[in-house]
Order: sequence, then structure tokens, then C-alpha cells
Amino acid sequence: MKITAELVEHVSQLSRLRLPQEEKERMTGELEGILAYMEVLNTLDTREVEPLSHIFPIKNVWREDEVIPSQTRQELLKNAPTGNGETFLVPKAVE
Amino acid sequence: MTWETVIGLETHVELATRTKIFCACTTAFGGEPNTHCCPVCMGMPGTLPVVNRKVVEYACRAGLALNCTITRRNRFDRKNYFYPDLPKAYQISQLYLPIARDGHVEIETEGGKDTIRIHELHMEEDAGKLVHDPWTDQTRCDYNRCGVPLIEIVTEPDFRTAEQVIAYLEQLKSTLEYLGVSDCKMQEGSLRCDVNLSVRPAGSRELGTRTEMKNLNSFKAITRAIQYEARRQIELLEEGKRVVQETRRWDDNKDATFSMRSKEDAQDYRYFPEPDLPPLELSEAYLEELRAKQPEMAGARKERYQREYGLPEYDAGLITGQKALVDFFEAAVDLGAPAREVSNWMLGEMMRRLKEEGLEPRQMKLTADNLASLIQMVEEGVINRNTAAKVFRAVFPDNADVRDYVHKHGLEQVQDMSLVKRTVEEVLAEHPDAVADFRQGSQKILGFLIGQTMARLKGKADPRAVSQEVRQQLEG
Repeated sequence: MKITAELVEHVSQLSRLRLPQEEKERMTGELEGILAYMEVLNTLDTREVEPLSHIFPIKNVWREDEVIPSQTRQELLKNAPTGNGETFLVPKAVE
Repeated sequence: MTWETVIGLETHVELATRTKIFCACTTAFGGEPNTHCCPVCMGMPGTLPVVNRKVVEYACRAGLALNCTITRRNRFDRKNYFYPDLPKAYQISQLYLPIARDGHVEIETEGGKDTIRIHELHMEEDAGKLVHDPWTDQTRCDYNRCGVPLIEIVTEPDFRTAEQVIAYLEQLKSTLEYLGVSDCKMQEGSLRCDVNLSVRPAGSRELGTRTEMKNLNSFKAITRAIQYEARRQIELLEEGKRVVQETRRWDDNKDATFSMRSKEDAQDYRYFPEPDLPPLELSEAYLEELRAKQPEMAGARKERYQREYGLPEYDAGLITGQKALVDFFEAAVDLGAPAREVSNWMLGEMMRRLKEEGLEPRQMKLTADNLASLIQMVEEGVINRNTAAKVFRAVFPDNADVRDYVHKHGLEQVQDMSLVKRTVEEVLAEHPDAVADFRQGSQKILGFLIGQTMARLKGKADPRAVSQEVRQQLEG
């Protein structure tokens, strides 16, 4: 897959990353290299291998449906750059 | 040209668990903003989600009831997006391996019976609520809903009319209520529906360009939105224009749909397998156990009500259409009230009163044991039917005890036959003209004389006894 300047622009936008011009150029090359290596991996025959969905061989880790008291709002809102004591406040985001 | 409308539905249903899907915060509706949150549902670094066992069970049971194949090896996927309704900046969902697939639902409308295929059913977490403040031009975020468990049920594009869509949703709602996996309250957003709609020339096999409509909060809104959007698309095509594939928001006040986002910022969610959650493997034994626990659904119950209780098909259908009515009906019957009587009271007076008060059956205070008592009092001859109807209307709002009410208001039927006899004598004596009419063969006048007697006894006599007495005295 060819990594173009437009694609890097698009992906950085999706990731909310503001990259300076020289970094964008560097990224173009690096991403191309990473994808080229994926091509190498793709040459391996994995038809008999089950896809890995988790790095540990564990499954069915679950929790019973029992309520534990939540964090207090005061504690919770301490993490907010801006709040009004009840809600988090963010720049206008309603579609 | 005649056009055909093609519709597919995506329905989000909130599951009736006590806690959220990946943490132990409560799912209770309402609550002060941001009081049902913890580091897990807020996506704080270093936290790990753990699946609520009930969510998996409920999703499986819904899948089984919708005749789906259950995916034995499940996994979650991460849907990435930057929108402040989820503080994690991603939603945990299932893209590649939804828990249930390939189901179907039978529906019935005036147009006949149809099968609606279910494409898939998957588990995911709900997002928070955003409120825009026009004064400060800021958005307020309430994260109480973040992480509340949802199942999303996606149909194939098998609907052609709004009636079919409503029939399907009613059926879905009833099924989920029978299972007890969701309370399906549309007003509280626990059942939400997105409508995918396109139009094509009748007879064509190709699908037209579709739009997706959101913000449909009632069956009425869904019906109106479908009619509006189909007309809008047909008009565009007839003017030689194109339908643009986009998401449109239904505005209930304006009775129209509006474009939400343009194609330029088409969504790219960059899904990938959720690394924080190990896979779920559902054994055949587990599924067998769930199958055994499935309750009797509306269709089977309707047939049984006709067979076992002799209810007319229409009545059985009305009661089994809503789980709250089924629970009420069965509770009253279990208390020994005759099924036909219970059904008649429910579909007559009860429905009338619910409508007058603008209530849903589940919001009603009246209890089954109170109605059973009322029916019993009629059977025992303590009160007559007319009185019983009045008592029903009076106790309905607050579920006042019917026996107390009858006693307090002195509504017991007159048991003293000598009083009935005396009253009839008085009435006949006062209406010699009517008596003469009867003797000349007017049967109609009988009703007048019975009515006069009943009125004098304040409606508390047994109408049959009065009728008999009047006849006897006239003929005797």
C-alpha cells in the first residue's frame, strides 16, 4: 500500500494529532516501511492458525451483576480541566 | 412510476442489568449528572474492563428468542472516535464476531404475514449525554449512561411499509419484555431505533441509495419519519436528482428529517480487536441451560389462552401483546378469578381507565388481587355488575381496597326480598298507566318499571330479582 502525504494527513486528523511538516514527511516513510513489513508477514501461511484474540491464554473472565458504589462526583470532576460542579464542560461538540 | 420503499432497522436496546457492562456502577435511570461513574467507565489510564456475566446471558437469550445462531467464540472490538460522549475516545462493541447472527421474526399486519430476517445482534456500551449550552457555547457532559449495556439488533432490509416496521418493533418489545432482558421504555431511551430507508422502482431488485434516520423516540415518530423520508426520496428521484447517502435527524416538532453530517467527514472508526478483554467461549451446556430457561413467548401464550381459558383470539392477542397485562391476568387467574371475567374487565373498564389517565399498563396502581376481589363480590351477589363498574372506576387510581370501598359507601346489594317486593308494589301503584299498557301487551314498558324500582333502591338491588318480581306482580 502506498502511503501518500494525504493519507498521513487523514490519519493524523482521525487521531487528533497535529504534526509539523517535517514529521509528516518522516511518518510517510516510516508508515510505508511498517506496511511493507506486513507484506512480509502476509507471505506466511497461517491457514491452520487460529487468530489470536488475546495475548494470554485466558477466557471467560467475568463479573457478577452486583453494584459497587460509584466514585463521588467531586472526586470524579477533579480530573476535568473544566467543570461546573455537576458536569464536565467541553468546547461545543453537539452535532 | 410506482415506487417501493425498502427499510432496514437498527434497534438499540438497553439491558435490564443492575450494573454497567464493564464495571460495577449502577445503571439506574436518572440520577444527578456524573454520579454513576468510576475510573473504568471514565476510561482512566490503568483500569481494565471486566464483562458483566448477566449481559452475556441476556444477549444470548435475546438471540435465541430471535431464532439466531449464537456465536460460540466471542470477542469485543474497539470502535475509535473522538466525540466527547465517551471519555475513553472509543466504544467497546462487537464488529467481527457479533454474539448472535442469522435470525428471523414472524410479523403480522393487515397486509398479511411476513418474515423479517435478523442480520445480527451484538453487545456494546452506551455513551453519555451531551447538552449544549447556547449561552456559554459550551457542551455539558453527563457520563452516567457511559457503559450501560446495550444490544444492537440489525435486520435485513425486509420491510416495505411503516406498518411492518411497527409490527416488528411491537413484537421485539414484547419478546424482550417476556425474557425480562429489557424494560423497553422508549421515553427513557431504553429502546431506540435507527431507520435505514431507500426507494426503488416497483419490481426492481436493486437497492437504491439509502439514508439513515436517527432520533426516533416513539412509534408515531417512526411512522411519520418513514412516510416523510420515502416521499422526500421519491420527489428527488422524480425531479431527476440523486439521493445522497447520509445520516438524517428526525425533528418531531418540524415533522421533517434534516441532514446531520456531510459526506466529507465520513466516519472512519478504525476498529480493532479489544485488547483489554479476553475472549468469551460459550459452551453448548451453557446455551442448553439458557434454552431451558426461555419463557413461553407471546404467540405460544396466546394459543394457550384460547385453548385453556377459552378466550377469543382477539382478546388473547391483546393481553399477550404486553407483558404487564400478562402478569396481571395470570395473577388474577391464579387467585381463582374466572379467566373470561378477568379478561373482560381488563379489556373493558381497565383499558378505558388507562386511556383516560394516559397510563401504560405497567404504570397502573390497581392490583390483580383487588380486581379478583371485585369479581368475587359480583359472583357472591354482594354487589351487582353496574355497582361493580362504578367501584372499579373509583378504586382504579389508588387501588383502594374494593371490599372496604363497597362497605364504606353502603353499596351492598339489597338482600331483603321483602323490601324489593314492597318497592315494586309502590312503583306499580304510582304508575297505573304503565301497568295498563303492559296488560295491553306492551313488553317495552317492563323496562321502565324495572328502572323505576332500581332507581328507588339506589341501583343496589339485583336487577334479575327485580325483573322477576315486577313480572310476577304484573302477571299475578
